[in-house]
Amino acid sequence: MVAFFVVAPFFIYPLFLMKALCFALFACAFNLLIGYVGLLSFGHAAFLGSAGYISAHTAKVWGWPPELAILAGTVVAGALGVLIGALAIRSRGIYFANITLALAQMIYFFCLQAPFTHGEDGIQSVPRGMLFGLLDLRNTMTMYFVVLAVFLAGFLLIYRTIHSPFGQVLKAIREHEPRAVSLGYTAEQYKLLAFVLSATLSGLAGGTKAIVFQLASLTDVHWTMSGEVVLMTLLGGLGTVFGPVVGAFIVVSLENYLSQLGAWVTVVQGVIFVLCVLTFRRGVVGELARLLKKPL
Amino acid sequence: MSSIFGVPTQALFGQLLIGLINGSFYALLSLGLSVIFGLLNIINFAHGALYMMGAFVAYFLLQWAGLGYWWALLVSPIVVGLLGVVLERTMLKRLYHLDHLYGLLLTFGLALIIQGLFRNEFGSSGLPYAMPVQLAGGRSLGFMFLPNYRAWVIVFSLGTCLATWYVIERTKLGSYLRAATENPALVQAFGINVPRMITLTYGFGVALAALAGVLAAPIYQVNPLMGADLIIVVFAVVVIGGLGSIMGSILTGFALGIVEGLTKVFYPEASNTVIFVIMALVLLVKPTGLFGREK
Repeated sequence: MVAFFVVAPFFIYPLFLMKALCFALFACAFNLLIGYVGLLSFGHAAFLGSAGYISAHTAKVWGWPPELAILAGTVVAGALGVLIGALAIRSRGIYFANITLALAQMIYFFCLQAPFTHGEDGIQSVPRGMLFGLLDLRNTMTMYFVVLAVFLAGFLLIYRTIHSPFGQVLKAIREHEPRAVSLGYTAEQYKLLAFVLSATLSGLAGGTKAIVFQLASLTDVHWTMSGEVVLMTLLGGLGTVFGPVVGAFIVVSLENYLSQLGAWVTVVQGVIFVLCVLTFRRGVVGELARLLKKPL
Repeated sequence: MSSIFGVPTQALFGQLLIGLINGSFYALLSLGLSVIFGLLNIINFAHGALYMMGAFVAYFLLQWAGLGYWWALLVSPIVVGLLGVVLERTMLKRLYHLDHLYGLLLTFGLALIIQGLFRNEFGSSGLPYAMPVQLAGGRSLGFMFLPNYRAWVIVFSLGTCLATWYVIERTKLGSYLRAATENPALVQAFGINVPRMITLTYGFGVALAALAGVLAAPIYQVNPLMGADLIIVVFAVVVIGGLGSIMGSILTGFALGIVEGLTKVFYPEASNTVIFVIMALVLLVKPTGLFGREK
């Protein structure tokens, strides 16, 4: 995978790749919850979007360098994750999905009305700046490899988490929460920690995206974005390591190439959703893993 | 007395009225969601799209068949309800043995398809729908002007909600329904056709959404996106009331409409978020909602 991403920008439009990488990180972070803890969050756009606003604001208005701006966005998303997570993990299943959705909607209306986000206009022409004062991010290739590094760091962190004892406990909670509790694990704390980690990494994706595209807008906080990340993960394969990456690339390509079709994009996305749920629940990578008979 | 707490009475009662109207829609929609959730264990994400379809069917009836509002009030819920029956038979029933989150994802996909199709056909600007002549005009109550149509919406939806509540909580049919939510296998063993009951329940819940759509058509314009953002608020209402609780959704629906209206008078900036704030507060105290219980 790494080799592919190193070579790819020489053949594929780098901005497209960067967009796909940001969403891939977002989807991986989301998958950490649904795939390994069994929590369907329908409000993950809140973390992606608010981190985008914070990074854009600190970089543009306060003149922070990109690494600090992204860090600020990530930290704020993590803090939001603590707040929303603490409220939401008290409930399960559908309740959990609803609550995350509604809390994310609160964040959306805040972003719509807070003066620093500039409402419908968003924060535009955010400077990319110099990374660590050394790397000029205005160069697209430099920017690309920074995004790739960010994605790989996030991806490896998630990979490590899944394969750690902590990850095993998460899976145990997903499979049978009462049993995990009776074994002495404080399920609530584990779930909260996973939620905060997922929110933080979503924030990392959002902050990076804002710097790459020099823009933070309402699209990234709107609930349709929360739906989109579900689509990416479901299509790629819930609970697989590589699934969300594949799913993100498919969805972003679809949007790129179907964009002239206007509202048909929504219809196509809807059809994919329905087909996935009815016939294809393992997703692309999940089905592949079944064929190869090994986890991917 | 021309002002209360520094707010002109006209404005106060005007917003209260709008709040009650919105509350009527919240109540009707969350009632349908609760009925569906009670028996199917599915959060019907397509509810907003079906509400929008209800309004569009009313519009089509008028444009193509010359059938006015009163016919639409009857025909539209039946048409959309039948569509619901088809959806349940062909898709939703395949998911009952799975984690109920798949139901949410499937209906989310359906909502995207329905909304996308209507947006392709009609754009995102609204189509006007004329008010029925019998309900045009209004009356002066002394302290405010009350348009007849709005009074009708409030009375009619309150009536529908209470009738639904009565059927589910107080009749034999309702007791079968409630028994089937507790233990479908046992109820089936008593010779009751549970799958058909589930199908009809979904159709009925969807018909309630369409009914709300017809009621909304003369007030708001008929718009492909009219359900998209409303549904999120309704989810919040359902969570506050407690999923699956019939009375809970009716009461919280109306109450939150009024609270929202009052917020618009006293602190307009918060009017969009007040319901979500209340939701967060309620959940802190009672994670299952005001009238709900853990399933």
